[in-house]
Amino acid sequence: MNDAAGRSSQIREAGSEIRQTPAMATMQARSSEALSEPRISIRGLDFFYGSNRALKGIDLDLPDCQVTGMIGPSGCGKSTLLRVLNRMYDLYPGQRAEGRVMMDGANVLDPGIDLNQLRSRIGMVFQKPTPFPMTIYDNIAFGVKLHERLSKSAMDERVEWSLTRAALWDEAKDRLGTSAMGLSGGQQQRLCIARTIAVRPEVILFDEPTSALDPISTLKIEELIDELKRDFTIAIVTHNMQQAARCADQVAFFYLGEMVEVGSATQMFTAPRQKRTQEYITGRFG
Amino acid sequence: MAETAEHIVRSFEQQLNRLRGLVTDMGGMVERQVALACTAVLDRDSEAASLAIEADPQVDRLEREAEQFFISLLALRQPMAQDLRLIVAALKITGELERIGDYAKNVARRSIVLNQFTMPLSLTGLAHMSNLVQENFKAVMDALGENDTAKAEEVWRSDEAVDDIYNALFRELVTYMMEDPRNITPCTHLLFIAKNLERIGDHATNIAEMVYYAVQGEALPDGRPKGEGTASAVVRPRE
Repeated sequence: MNDAAGRSSQIREAGSEIRQTPAMATMQARSSEALSEPRISIRGLDFFYGSNRALKGIDLDLPDCQVTGMIGPSGCGKSTLLRVLNRMYDLYPGQRAEGRVMMDGANVLDPGIDLNQLRSRIGMVFQKPTPFPMTIYDNIAFGVKLHERLSKSAMDERVEWSLTRAALWDEAKDRLGTSAMGLSGGQQQRLCIARTIAVRPEVILFDEPTSALDPISTLKIEELIDELKRDFTIAIVTHNMQQAARCADQVAFFYLGEMVEVGSATQMFTAPRQKRTQEYITGRFG
Repeated sequence: MAETAEHIVRSFEQQLNRLRGLVTDMGGMVERQVALACTAVLDRDSEAASLAIEADPQVDRLEREAEQFFISLLALRQPMAQDLRLIVAALKITGELERIGDYAKNVARRSIVLNQFTMPLSLTGLAHMSNLVQENFKAVMDALGENDTAKAEEVWRSDEAVDDIYNALFRELVTYMMEDPRNITPCTHLLFIAKNLERIGDHATNIAEMVYYAVQGEALPDGRPKGEGTASAVVRPRE
């Protein structure tokens, strides 16, 4: 009897060792049925283009160091939501947001918030690569100089760090002084990502980051997003459902300004709960 | 589910219809094979047995064709949600059907051997079992065709009765073997036949589970009701 009890406790211990292997932990994180604490909490968010209500009562959490994919047909409000998160809409008259976007206990929508600081904390990468017409080095240094005073060597380090994190260092290290316009489309997009992470943000917003790129460049960006989520909280708007499936831990489906459904990528792409989600992701829309 | 809209890409919709067609065709073929095998045993009809055996390579061929087609759908269409579930379910269901076909073939083969013996007992129990198994199998293929989860669940639950009959048959056959050693050969064949039918019932419940998953997006709960004593229906030495 004692023998049997001893054996079973040994088996239990062996079992718990198995549960703790790093590979299993990674797999768990990848399937990410369990989402981490929210970095940004959106509550009751409405957005107006003039009198047109483009977002209707959005409630959504962006979990820390995970990727949230936003999908939905054109005009459903997903890009608008990204633009709200770093107050990009402030640049345009007649556009306003109501509700709360909470980050570290402060409401991003608060009129008193320092926008420069906000945008250094929440960076954004756009659909088309938008390098500045200057050298590769200056593309990175430009944004950093707005927020920090760094010595030449510290700046060199920062440029190398950013380009390395953006998987561009090996290709760019020998041509840092040449114009960024000479890079390929995929390289330019990685340069834009390097530029975004150079100011060390907490959150990175990607608005269709690969829609102008070829498939291999696309996969490189996706691999990069996978790398970056170790340190950054990421939101990505994409029309490519497979991309959302490949990249995202959490997926939110938007339609006509409403968030119809949010769930883990696995759940959303194998068994969505809402009929509209199902029809959209299987290609039976409307 | 019935009111699901058509896919925007019509050729994909057509391919999904072809998938349903392939599974239905294979299901029909295996249903006939099982019916022939049962007739072979119950009516001592060796011709029916030959037909059931000859059908097997056709079933296997259809399975391979279906499998290749389903894999190509996965690769080329990258299906999501209910389409993905339907294709994965179809892939597994054709595997189950192929297995059921194998069991039918085994039953038919044994029936040919059995027909060389005089039957030492009435086959009422076995007839009852074969009816029940065929009913369940047909019902689950209907459930698949109609996306009817209630029907699938019913099949899933009613396999318990098949297990019970198998158990009773087991005891009956063992009794005959003890009565007269000359009964051992035919009774052993009958026992294997009963076991094969019982396995066909089990595979029908697997199909029921896949139908339920394909339609609902979630699995049936753990722990299918199983006939009392299926596992204990083995001869154990007395303690």
